[in-house]
Amino acid sequence: MSITLSIIYLISTITFVIGLKMLGHPETAKKGNFIAAVGMVLAIIGTIFLHDFTVSNINYILIGAALFVGSLIGWLIAMKVEMTKMPELVSLFNGFGGASAMLIGLVEYGNNSGDIAQTSTVIAAIIIGSITFSGSLVAFGKLNGSLKDIRLPKYNLINNVLFLGLVAFGAYIVMGGASSTLLIYALLFASLIYGLLFVFPIGGADMPVVISLLNSLTGIAAAITGVLYGNMVMLVGGILVGSAGLILTFVMCEGMNRSLSNVIFGAFGGDAVVAGATGKTGGTIKKTTASDSAVLLNYANKVVIVPGYGLAVAQAQHVIHELEQVLTEKGVDVSYAIHPVAGRMPGHMNVLLAESNVDYDKLIEMDDINPQFPNTDVVLVVGANDVVNPAAHNDPSSPIYGMPILDVENSKHIIVNKRTMNAGYAGIQNELFFNTKTSMLFGDAKSALTELVSELKNM
Amino acid sequence: MNELLEFISNNLELIYILILAIFIGVELIKNVPSVLHTPLMSGANALSGVVIVGALLVMLQADPNDYLALGLGFVAVVLGIINVVGGFAVTDRMLQMFKKRK
Repeated sequence: MSITLSIIYLISTITFVIGLKMLGHPETAKKGNFIAAVGMVLAIIGTIFLHDFTVSNINYILIGAALFVGSLIGWLIAMKVEMTKMPELVSLFNGFGGASAMLIGLVEYGNNSGDIAQTSTVIAAIIIGSITFSGSLVAFGKLNGSLKDIRLPKYNLINNVLFLGLVAFGAYIVMGGASSTLLIYALLFASLIYGLLFVFPIGGADMPVVISLLNSLTGIAAAITGVLYGNMVMLVGGILVGSAGLILTFVMCEGMNRSLSNVIFGAFGGDAVVAGATGKTGGTIKKTTASDSAVLLNYANKVVIVPGYGLAVAQAQHVIHELEQVLTEKGVDVSYAIHPVAGRMPGHMNVLLAESNVDYDKLIEMDDINPQFPNTDVVLVVGANDVVNPAAHNDPSSPIYGMPILDVENSKHIIVNKRTMNAGYAGIQNELFFNTKTSMLFGDAKSALTELVSELKNM
Repeated sequence: MNELLEFISNNLELIYILILAIFIGVELIKNVPSVLHTPLMSGANALSGVVIVGALLVMLQADPNDYLALGLGFVAVVLGIINVVGGFAVTDRMLQMFKKRK
């Protein structure tokens, strides 16, 4: 490797560290992302032009074509996608990264000299890359709504046995020096199956945690291929993503007050749990209309809006901003209560509201808003469910018991906008809806809020 | 056991780098506000696209007549660059929204 290329890789590695650091602070995040992207471009260009292999023109043409096609696809997807679809997209991109590692492993297995250390890295790249690829696609499908939770009987046992089998299979190929290509394809296929079975039983609400975990795995796969080529930028870049992704996974689990193993093996929102939880909630709900709600909001001093994913699905983030402006003009103190896992990922709701120009200072995090609820006249819950479910405090049998929630039931009045009485994303019923202080405003978030805004304007 | 010791002594530098990188990754992320988790995850995802370098090396080293290696390498480069370009672009788009408020 030429010394120039080594220095370029060194610079890229430094930009990754600095970029990741800057991504962690609101003021510097955008610049950090840019710096890391520049480092990546440097690494790619350097690899193509400063290597010391003899390469035929055909290879160069193909490389150019692949880079062009892939960049175009990536760019178009990134520019076209709606912000509400962000978690799916991260998952999809992540799966592509994993697939790339898997394919590299596959090719390098053919070139491999039989050295044990080398073979182990190739095998590890194939196993981890394949698991990430198929796992990410399942996560993508689940967030998309096109795939449902599937749980085989004794799936935990099956999965664990399959995983041990994969490791043993890989070790067998490494130790035995078996050179059959068929075996490698079998290993790849089995790893893909494991990725499917690993993610399928995990509840939809836990997908962000899974994506973060799979993201970390892609990093590890990249690092392993880095070891294979003795390439430092891949090694360090991959490990950074690996450890950062893992920490992020734990932080997210903490936000839901659950352990990682509970997320993976717990089958959250399983049928048995739902049946138990629904039995506890009975009683009557109180329906309300847009005009009644408008009156309530108009004469309130302090209103807190609790946005949830339902708001995003209905594309109502702009209307809610309008509602907030109308109320503010009338002298009402309006703020938004943001649960750490509002939306589909931590911070997702902030992105969505930022998209519709909501003032940053109006977004209040859970720990700061909770003490304010007793002084709040009206809480408007739009498309949120599990994050305001009091069962998290008072029902030890509930699967979300112990999860920190927004204590909206402490306020004087609660208006809940929901499409139907269906249970939330976690699949559990919410006793808040049966609270005597609660009135239910049924309907699509966008049309219900639009109606509210026009009622308020007429007052 | 001896093999393991030998492996460690042969790759000592690598192991140092590995361990230090793990700690840097943890320290960088530990105290990030939850507001930034989504962009951060997306940004880290783009970084994991560094695997593209490996895919490029596959294609650079492939014999022009080895269609299998070339084909697999081609797909690996396409997927890797989608991960990189899409990841950085979408992270930028997300962060753009945070910025214009100020």
